[in-house]
Amino acid sequence: MNWPLEAFLSFLAAGAFGIIFNIPKKTLISCGLVGMSGWLFYRSYFLMFDDPIQATFAGAFIVAIVAHILAKIFKMPMIIFSVAGIIPLVPGSRAYNAMRNIVENDYMEAVDFAVQALMISGAIAMGLVFAEVLMQLYFKYQARRTQKKMGFTQE
Amino acid sequence: MAEISEVRRELALDCFLLAGKVMMESGAETYRVEDTMIRMAVSQNMMDSHCFVTPAGIMFSPSNDLPTRFVRIHGRRTDLERVARVNAVSRRLVAGQLTLQQAYEEMTEIEKNHYLFPLWLQVLAAAVASACFLILMGGGWADIPFAFLIGGIGFYIVEMVLVKTRVKFFAEFIGAVAIGTLAVLVVYSGFGNDPDTIIIGSVMPLVPGLLITNAVRDMMAGHFVSGLSMGAEAFLTAFAIGAGIAIVLSF
Repeated sequence: MNWPLEAFLSFLAAGAFGIIFNIPKKTLISCGLVGMSGWLFYRSYFLMFDDPIQATFAGAFIVAIVAHILAKIFKMPMIIFSVAGIIPLVPGSRAYNAMRNIVENDYMEAVDFAVQALMISGAIAMGLVFAEVLMQLYFKYQARRTQKKMGFTQE
Repeated sequence: MAEISEVRRELALDCFLLAGKVMMESGAETYRVEDTMIRMAVSQNMMDSHCFVTPAGIMFSPSNDLPTRFVRIHGRRTDLERVARVNAVSRRLVAGQLTLQQAYEEMTEIEKNHYLFPLWLQVLAAAVASACFLILMGGGWADIPFAFLIGGIGFYIVEMVLVKTRVKFFAEFIGAVAIGTLAVLVVYSGFGNDPDTIIIGSVMPLVPGLLITNAVRDMMAGHFVSGLSMGAEAFLTAFAIGAGIAIVLSF
């Protein structure tokens, strides 16, 4: 696998998706970085453990974490950064193979691909959920610490 | 509530509903719209306001004994820059940097404008994304020009059919049929190598990524009505694309 090439391509693809979704111009580059980090993490996890579902979960998790951090920095809604990063993880080729096998009347193969596509979609959703919960806990903890520092505690 | 005059309250309500409407029309998550409206209401001393947002309409009740207002949301078009701008205005209103009148004026300004990138740039972006995905999904370098062209053409067809018919599923279906036909033709005429990766790459710009993300985040926040309806829309869109490709492959 060619790391710099994949990094460049995923960066370009995520930035292009940013244009399709009309994100603000100054966030295009950071949007590309989100897509790049998600894809690279997904690929390296996939090459290490050879499990597309876990790898997609890890990729979506990283995308959401990076998007949350950027949303805090830019003070903008988090979806602006996460949408384009999620797209490369969508199980396009598996859904396509499922469809092609249905057309060719090979239903056993089709069900196999369709279930994989479904599990990967679920993994994307779970990755987003886990990152969201983690970031919320962290922000709450941070807010409480600043409140304590300023003497605003309820106790 | 007593200290807020009638005129000011109406202005505040107009401002909140306008903000919610613009955000919802531009592709924000439901829970973010509710959150923004409630925050703005609290900043204007409406402490017990309630808000219910669905993808089709927004209800806002300033308090128990005042009339509830309602706006209908008609079309939706993904324009995340508008979401970011409304979000910035509401942040400044809550922080006290803007008066209500100024915030309302800025909201009407945002509502009138579109911040869309020009269509040629979007088509170009779709074409570039298709070419990138062709390689990322394991396609060969020789197929790049075809994925580039077919991805751009497919996205353009979807946009055109969407403008003419206003039926999203039909537009996606026609786009997928066009992509499949072109890819198969290119390969049969001996120029392209692998129809599978060309189709997968070119179909990628049509994938409903925003709907998937929004559906998941809304479900998580407990907004099952909008989460399920957006999830259904995403599923139907994916199904329309799949059906379009399947029709081509079955010949």
